[in-house]
Amino acid sequence: MTSPAPPAPATLPLGDDALILSHRLGEWAGHAPVLEEEVALANIALDLLGQARALYAGLSDLLGSEDEIAFLREERAFRNCQLTEQPNGDFAHTIVRQLFFSTYQQPLFAQLSPVLPLAAKAVRETAYHRDHAEQWTLRLGDGTEESHTRTQRAADTLWRYTGELFQPVEGLEVDWPGLAEEWHASIGDVFARAGLTVPAGPSEGAWSAGAGRQGLHTEPFGLLLAEMQHLHRSHPGAAW
Amino acid sequence: MSAEWPLWEVFVRSRRGLSHTHAGSLHAPDAQMALRNARDLFTRRSEGVSLWVVPSDEITASSPDEKDPFFAPAADKPYRHPTFYEVPEGVRNL
Repeated sequence: MTSPAPPAPATLPLGDDALILSHRLGEWAGHAPVLEEEVALANIALDLLGQARALYAGLSDLLGSEDEIAFLREERAFRNCQLTEQPNGDFAHTIVRQLFFSTYQQPLFAQLSPVLPLAAKAVRETAYHRDHAEQWTLRLGDGTEESHTRTQRAADTLWRYTGELFQPVEGLEVDWPGLAEEWHASIGDVFARAGLTVPAGPSEGAWSAGAGRQGLHTEPFGLLLAEMQHLHRSHPGAAW
Repeated sequence: MSAEWPLWEVFVRSRRGLSHTHAGSLHAPDAQMALRNARDLFTRRSEGVSLWVVPSDEITASSPDEKDPFFAPAADKPYRHPTFYEVPEGVRNL
């Protein structure tokens, strides 16, 4: 049984998630706590960038070239979830953001693999991202008092951006409630093993439910875009 | 921070049938993280199918001062070298 491919714009949020998180992880270059971890974060960023490019390439008839999609759209045109645009914070903050996102992205791509050619490859990549984030969450949560405090704080801060992940994206055939259930079970398991508490606060604000998917973003996103796009906008059509 | 992390030696098996070969070293907090770091640093371009990581502390190395007693006697005893028969064609990795 083959289902028809999802209509083109439905894959835009997936591409924007990958591009924006890739950019955030790239910001660690030159700043990561150790060289080995810097390479690991850059590798994950490059995997995500590759996913974004593949997804954007499929939208070129509608939205133009990959460069135009990434560098010439305004803030409101981006459909990434707000979790991916959150600033890096400290290392624990980045790891928890990565854990929340890759625990969402991997089963999402797994569900989409019958209709999305990219997804099968992306599932393998994302499995590694998820493993990396889980391994670090266990070590940070169950590490020193300092690392535990920072990791718990990151989880509490980012929790409000997790509800949005399971807002249905129009045009994608996904079992969203099932995805949410799987996500909560997995996060609960990792947190239990890491000695962390699953945050009790709301997983979305009244202002944020599904907002990123509708083009409404948090304040740090404008700064991210300005930095990401300024070179391309300053030198239109530049080649190297 | 990395100064506190132990050093690990990384061995990569480039394909099935070959031995693991020393590829380099890295810092990591424990063996599982060392394996993951090794994957990122040494096998991202399909260089390998298997990885070993070994704590550098656990390796006992010969000393450069002992080079002569350790290695010199081999060359003047040709009967120790398997050079007196032909290697059949088609035998690889020998």
